[in-house]
This record gives sequence, C-alpha cells and structure tokens, in this order.
Amino acid sequence: MQKTLDRLLTCLAWLSGGGTLLAVSLLLVFLASHGMPGIDAALFFGDTPWLDALLARKPIFGGIWPALVGTFSLVFLASVFSIPLGIASGIYLAEYASDHRHSLLDFMVDLLSGTPSIVMGLFGFTAILALRKTFLPGARTGLLLAGLCIGLLVLPYVIRTTESALEGIPDHLRLLGPSLGLTRWQNINKVLLPLAGRGILSGAILAVGRAAEDTAVILLTGVVAHAGIPGSLADKFEALPFRIYYLAAEHRSPQELEQGFATALVLLLLTGLLFLAAVLLQRSVERRWKTR
Amino acid sequence: MCAGSLALAILSLVVAYPAALGICTLVHGLARGLSARFLLALVHFMTSIPTVVYGFVSVFLLVPRLREWFAVGSGFSLLAAVLTLSLLILPTITLVLHSRMEQLDPTLRLAAEAMGFTPVQQVRCVLLPAAARGLTAAAVLGFGRAVGDTLVSLMLAGNAAQFPHSLFASIRTLTAHIGLVLATDSQSMAYQSVFAAGLLLFLLTGAVSLLIRKSGGKNRGL
Repeated sequence: MQKTLDRLLTCLAWLSGGGTLLAVSLLLVFLASHGMPGIDAALFFGDTPWLDALLARKPIFGGIWPALVGTFSLVFLASVFSIPLGIASGIYLAEYASDHRHSLLDFMVDLLSGTPSIVMGLFGFTAILALRKTFLPGARTGLLLAGLCIGLLVLPYVIRTTESALEGIPDHLRLLGPSLGLTRWQNINKVLLPLAGRGILSGAILAVGRAAEDTAVILLTGVVAHAGIPGSLADKFEALPFRIYYLAAEHRSPQELEQGFATALVLLLLTGLLFLAAVLLQRSVERRWKTR
Repeated sequence: MCAGSLALAILSLVVAYPAALGICTLVHGLARGLSARFLLALVHFMTSIPTVVYGFVSVFLLVPRLREWFAVGSGFSLLAAVLTLSLLILPTITLVLHSRMEQLDPTLRLAAEAMGFTPVQQVRCVLLPAAARGLTAAAVLGFGRAVGDTLVSLMLAGNAAQFPHSLFASIRTLTAHIGLVLATDSQSMAYQSVFAAGLLLFLLTGAVSLLIRKSGGKNRGL
C-alpha cells in the first residue's frame, strides 16, 4: 500500500512536470512559428511610412502602432497613480502602522488583490454612470478612467513588494540610523529606502507588466477596436491585449489572423522582458544581503 | 451562470492542483539541483505570460483539436476553458505551495533523511503534512483566481447562458457575462443582472481572502 502510494506520487510528479514543460513549450513554439513571419514594419505602421506615423502626420490604418501607444499611455497613467501611492502605503505598513491598524489594512490589501479585474472594470464603469447622473453629465469612459482602474488593480503588488523589501532589511542596518541619532523619517528616507530600492523597483516592474497585459478592466472602461492614437485623456483608445482578443474573435482574413499572432508575440516579448528585468533585480538584491 | 463559473473553477482546480502537487514533489524531492531550478524558473515565467495570449493560442491550437478528436459541437466548450484555465492557475498554486514548503524547518527534512526515508517518502510523509495549511491556502487561492478570470472563459467557453450539462457544453461564466453584456451596452433585464454578477464575484473573492487569512497565510498576489 505504502509502496503503491509512493509510486503513484512519483508518477504524478514526473507526469505533471513533463506535462507543464510540454504545454508551455507547445505554446511558445506555436506562437513563435506563426507570429515570427508577421513581425515587420507593416505590422506596426500598416501602409503608412514609419516616419510620418511616428510624427503623427498621417493616420495609421491596419497597424498596431496606435494599440502600442495606447498600452504605453495606459501603463504610464497606471504607474503615475499606483507607484507613489503604493510605495507610500508600503512604507506606512512596514514602518509606522500599529498592530491593530496593520492587520486591518493588511486585510484591505488582500481584498483588493483578490478582486477580479472584471469587477474592477465594472467599478470604473459604475463610477462613470454615477458621475453622469450627478455633476458631470458629459463624463464617458476613456483613457484616464482606464488608467485609474488599472492603477487600482496593480496597487496591491506595489504595496506588497515595498512592504516586504523594507521588512527584509537586516536588523543591524535597521538599527544603524537611530543609533546615530537620526529621526524615524530620516532613517527611512536616508537609510532604509535606498537599501530597499531595488526590491521596490522590481515590484514596480512586475506591476507594470500586469498593467500591460490586463484586458478585462479596459474592456469595460473605454477600449475600442479602431480609435487611432488617443488625443486627450478622455478619448477612447486601443490597446495590445484588446487587439489580440478582438482579432481572435473577429478576424476577417488570413492577414488579420497573422497580425493577431504577431501582436500576441509582441505582447509576450514585452511582458517577458519586464519579467526578466524584475527577476534580475530581485536576484541582485538577494545577492547583496548574502555577501554581507 | 453561477453553475458555469463554479463548474469551470472547480474542474480547473481538479486538473491544476494535482499537477502543482506533483511539481512541488519534483522540486523538493525527486529532482534537486539544476533541473529543479529550471522547473521553478519555468513556473515563475508562466506567471508573466499574459492571459490573453493563453486564450489566443488555445483558440487556434486547442479548440480545433478538440473539435477533431471528439467531434462534438464547435470545440468552444467547458473542456477547452478548463484545460487553459488550469494552465493559468497552475503557477499560482505551485508557487504558494512551494513557498510554504520552503519555509519549513530544515531540520525536519534532515531528520527524515537520517531515518532513511526516500525522497518521495520525505515529501509524502513529512513535508506535505507539515505544510498542511499551505495546502488549503493554495487550493483556496487557486479557486479565487479561477473564478475571477474573465478572458479565458470569454474566449474559449462558448458563452451560451445554459446549465453546464457536459464537458462539451458551451457555458457562460459570471465574469464573461459582465464583459459580454456591457460590451453590447443594452438596456434590458440583462443589464441589471451585471451588477448582481459583479457583487456575487466580489463577495466570493472576499470570502476567499477571508479564508486564506483564517488559514494563517498571506495572499501575496503571486
């Protein structure tokens, strides 16, 4: 009986390890083989010459450049909102909060990080409805709203990594500042934050990756299939993940399908690079504490 | 739709949980050293693959195969969504389990080793029971992720609002319902149901956070 159980677990272990490896490599190979041929200048800019497209002299038809710009502006807005707020909350949680408040806020952050992204999108949508009924009848979904909602979605990531980066600082370094007569804030600002900097940065990068890939939030807060480059914060916009979703459901020609594959590959490369950067930063942080 | 959401989440958990358990067994017992580190790096990398990419690849890789092999319906079915979703929640479950097993006292493992346990026995008889709380936390967290996911069910499950009577049935989840109805911007009865669905989802994931907290762990949002 015991022997059989052992054997079963061994089988399960190798099967699941192999199966996962197989599934991920299938996914990558399939995407690369179908997406590689489609990556060229025409993918990004359509038929428009690239210089005109970059300088926004001519509108772009068929390229993913507007979607790329949309995604970058979304990520930028979300970061502007969530990174300062997240770092500040992380500092408060790690250094200032009393036990009682800490457990309460901790639960709030858990709740926020567990909330499905579509519910966050629904929240944004409802907020616009409420604004319309009350004092801003012209309010509609657009870039600013989507940026805020995505910022809210990635906020817990920034808070958690800031908090754990600060808590991970060894005690002898933590006590150094106060022993030299620094006040609490001077200690945080001049000693702890620089030490935790790389850890915080890797958290911010992870949050950016999450902001770039999320589709459900923007689905409800103003993404559309053809909008061009957004002119203002209230405009509708395009985004890479939404374009992939849209092309999967409603591609009309083999060219569009190929573009879908290429777009998916571009997005994967983008998030993959961000992930790599975050991992390398994390590693360098760990190495730093180990050598001292 | 509630039944659809629950069926999808539970079935995905049934597929992904044993796989996560298996991977942790590999990493902590059978395959130490380089291959274990590679497997862990792979699982970490999986967290960075966008959901929409999983969905997109499944639409063109998995769905046509399902259509061929089983010759039932269009291939956009509960089964397609379950397979993809389990791949999506696998890293979440694995990483939670792994971090719990890593936090265990190293002397525990040394003692087991000294008593002549084989690596598999160490995992089965010592490490897993010691990480029992992690086991529940991982399952609950995986369930929360599965219920909250929108894109996979929206792209793969077929979206027919009906009771999931078989694996090959087309189903609609709560999350996909919100997306579908609001995207078409209707003013009908369905419009009101969106908010009910949103509230239900929020309560469900809130309950998940509470459960994880009760089981003594932290939801680190991996």
